[in-house]
Amino acid sequence: MDFQSCVNIKKEWDIVGARQLGRDIARKIGFGTVDQARIATAISELARNIYLYAGTGKVCFEALEEIDHKGIAIIAMDNGPGIQEISQVMEDGFSTSGGLGAGLPGVKRLMDEFDIHSEEGKGTEIRVVKWLR
Amino acid sequence: MDKKLKEIVLDHSDAIVKMWLEEFETHKKDDYTSNISSEMFESTNREFVNVIFSSIENHGLSSDLDDFSERLINLGWPLSYLTDGMQVFRRVTTGFILQQSEQVDANTFSEVLREVDGWVDPIINQLINEYSGSWEHIVSLQRVALQELSAPLIPVMENITIMPLIGTIDTERAKLIMENLLDGVIKHNAEVVLIDITGVPVVDTMVAHHIIQAAEAVRLIGSRCILVGIRPEIAQTIVNLGIDLGKFPTKSSLRKGFETALELTNRRIEETYNKNEDIEKLIDSLDGE
Repeated sequence: MDFQSCVNIKKEWDIVGARQLGRDIARKIGFGTVDQARIATAISELARNIYLYAGTGKVCFEALEEIDHKGIAIIAMDNGPGIQEISQVMEDGFSTSGGLGAGLPGVKRLMDEFDIHSEEGKGTEIRVVKWLR
Repeated sequence: MDKKLKEIVLDHSDAIVKMWLEEFETHKKDDYTSNISSEMFESTNREFVNVIFSSIENHGLSSDLDDFSERLINLGWPLSYLTDGMQVFRRVTTGFILQQSEQVDANTFSEVLREVDGWVDPIINQLINEYSGSWEHIVSLQRVALQELSAPLIPVMENITIMPLIGTIDTERAKLIMENLLDGVIKHNAEVVLIDITGVPVVDTMVAHHIIQAAEAVRLIGSRCILVGIRPEIAQTIVNLGIDLGKFPTKSSLRKGFETALELTNRRIEETYNKNEDIEKLIDSLDGE
């Protein structure tokens, strides 16, 4: 947990900013191109969820360093409406916006760890981790 | 009082210019002027301070200031050079006037401050307006340029059209892609459209969704879509995300996609008889003798 940096999500183009920062951090940690693409895609999904459903929020990155392995944590936070039924959004094909409904379950498959906390009316926080193998 | 202050400043302009130049010279250490030669810096400083004085003298804004700032913008000097210069000028002038007055009480002090601000602030405002105006202009030009680049459609041969996509796809661009694609398919009477995503850095669910919709729309108007340029890492993320791209053919490269498109339109690539190779063989055989 040596450094943490955040990108505020307000406009659609902030998603690109978050993605680029995340990809840079992942590259520095030593992830290969495939994992970089996975991480960038996960960031894209999380940031887009913030933009679409909460309006504003932020995406933070943390370089994880433990004795035996390194990794990256991505934390997406917003003060939006929250998610009513978490089990529902984790199902493939569920979408309230007419999208593919692959976002959150997809992120879970792209990453190694996935934590979600959401309170109705208060906001959502999602923390995902990818470990370097 | 107003007049008097102004007179003091204009009468002693030489002294103030000297002080200003001296103090401003110390700013040269800042990184923004590190790649500017010292003669250039000095001559610009001199010109700058003259412009300041001429606009104070002419009671407000002069065309000199416009010309000066425009030239600096074109040369790429940072705005901070000008704002720093104005702040130094404010400090120097205020200090100078206060030195000159015999008695300094709170009233005179605030009056001097207000007066100097009245000279300096309009100049700063105008400089900032000039600069931000030029930036806004550049941004709007770039936006237009980007839009022109965002969804090109190339009719490579009869019935086959290619849309190469490069860079991030946002909602606005996705709409443009769809419109251009459908318009182009009708206009060029294309049977097969190749969408090349080699240059798209990240394919997330939204991008995939837009591509699927575009391909479906193309199908509805009676043409076929082939998605090409899927890099290995993109293929893996698409599988991880669980996106179903099974409704239309996909290929790893534009070349393979183009071959398939030719097949679909009952054509194929045939290599022509290679004359050069033949001559080389002939020369080789002659050498052997």
